[in-house]
Amino acid sequence: MAIIDVKAEITGNVWKVLAKRGQKVAEDEAIVMLESMKMEIPISAPEAGTVKDMLVAEVEGVTEGSVVGRLEV
Amino acid sequence: MSGRVLIANRGEIARRIIRSCRAIGLETVAVYSEADAGSAHVEEADQAVLIGKPRAQESYLVIDRILEAARTSGAGLVHPGYGFLSESAVFARAVGEAGLLWIGPAPDQIETMGDKQRARDAAMAAGVPVLPGSARFSAGDVAGIEDAGRAVGFPLLVKAAAGGGGIGMRRVDAPDKLAEVAAATQSMAARAFGDGTVYLERFVREARHVEVQVFGFGDGHAVHLFERDCSVQRRFQKVIEECVAPGLPDELRERMADTAVALARATHYAGAGTVEYVVDAETLDFYFLEMNTRIQVEHAVTEMVTGVDLVAMQIELARGRLDRIEQASIVRRGCAVECRLYAENPAKMFMPAPGLLGVFRTPEQSATLRIDSGYREGDQVTPYYDPLIAKIIASGENRAAAIATAADALRATRIEGIKTNRDFLIACLEDPLFAAGRATTRFIDEHGQRLVQASGVGS
Repeated sequence: MAIIDVKAEITGNVWKVLAKRGQKVAEDEAIVMLESMKMEIPISAPEAGTVKDMLVAEVEGVTEGSVVGRLEV
Repeated sequence: MSGRVLIANRGEIARRIIRSCRAIGLETVAVYSEADAGSAHVEEADQAVLIGKPRAQESYLVIDRILEAARTSGAGLVHPGYGFLSESAVFARAVGEAGLLWIGPAPDQIETMGDKQRARDAAMAAGVPVLPGSARFSAGDVAGIEDAGRAVGFPLLVKAAAGGGGIGMRRVDAPDKLAEVAAATQSMAARAFGDGTVYLERFVREARHVEVQVFGFGDGHAVHLFERDCSVQRRFQKVIEECVAPGLPDELRERMADTAVALARATHYAGAGTVEYVVDAETLDFYFLEMNTRIQVEHAVTEMVTGVDLVAMQIELARGRLDRIEQASIVRRGCAVECRLYAENPAKMFMPAPGLLGVFRTPEQSATLRIDSGYREGDQVTPYYDPLIAKIIASGENRAAAIATAADALRATRIEGIKTNRDFLIACLEDPLFAAGRATTRFIDEHGQRLVQASGVGS
């Protein structure tokens, strides 16, 4: 068991939080949908696992590289 | 009525409209969201009214807020710019009902051209060629689709009627696969859009995007201001635009312009508009795509080669003060090219890159160089709006001269703080395929990787 960080690859605003704490997610499954410059960009789980924490809320801004959630893999 | 103009927009186009108003001698009212407080368009307008929160849905797209701003500021006219509410017939009507003058075509004209099927019918009625297409097939119904496919011609696209922006399209090369792909597209569209209706449309393998700038006087008189080639695109958004469209026979360019004027005349079009065509680069056939009923981002290209102020013409037409202009008086001199400087990262599939413009310095403007920007050094480029930082527009006696001036201007532009496509633009301008005038709409998809490497942009 390891805990990994899921990071935003771009700067934007959280449009939808798609995963909840305790939820099982597949590899590449979107856990957050960002909105930036008229585009909707998913932040996906890099590996399959269980959501340990979601660290962002809707409408909140995130910057490139910031951690939006943690997965137990 | 007051001659004060409210500009229902932001960024470079708001500043651009302010300039024309000032030249005519009209006062201006800017509107702005909380994210744009302190931005250049707000400072330059005679008045500015805060209309809401950063998200466009809570500010620049809220009709009531904008009309309220017009009322409190004593504006008499509304210019919508491009994007946001510029192609909303509802907004145009609401402006009229509020007793204000709308700077743009009549709401009915916006509505007609905003509806794919009605726009296509209007084009056909005016003798404008349209892409061969079929009747619609609703979900679960593919009876007779092979015959429809043969009539359209292969290769063709199966398109979801409710789709858009490239979503819900499948290419089919031969009749035997058609029914199967159509059925699959119907069920996909039913799930994705709640409407499984599809139709067939001829697929153009090697496509160029060429559009014609028209201006109508609302009484059946209309003129064209030549064409713009906008084939260099990514994600269906234009990146580089130019006039003259390179490598097309004069006879073809004239025929495209004439048919665009015919459409504007037939619809008694009022104001600036753009008739967009797809040109088959192999056969040189051209087909109507759509008509944009507003000023466009790339209008400056046309202004550079004709010396015309399109925005001033829009305003004066709305005020009833524009003298009729004849086609013969519109003369093109040389060529012009526009590069859209975007806050994005070419090395990461052109993903948005908002941030602080710590350093932002552009070269001096001149008779052959125009730079339209909504930002200044020290401004924040926020994630709320489109990624356009500036338009670099260069002209010259010929295409090579215009391209060289644009490339020099981009090289002389200093930006620090955010990633941009500056170096990618230079690589495009200096690419042999582009230089030869052979770029199609697949140029960036097919050569993007190579161009990113050529531009030396790291991720």
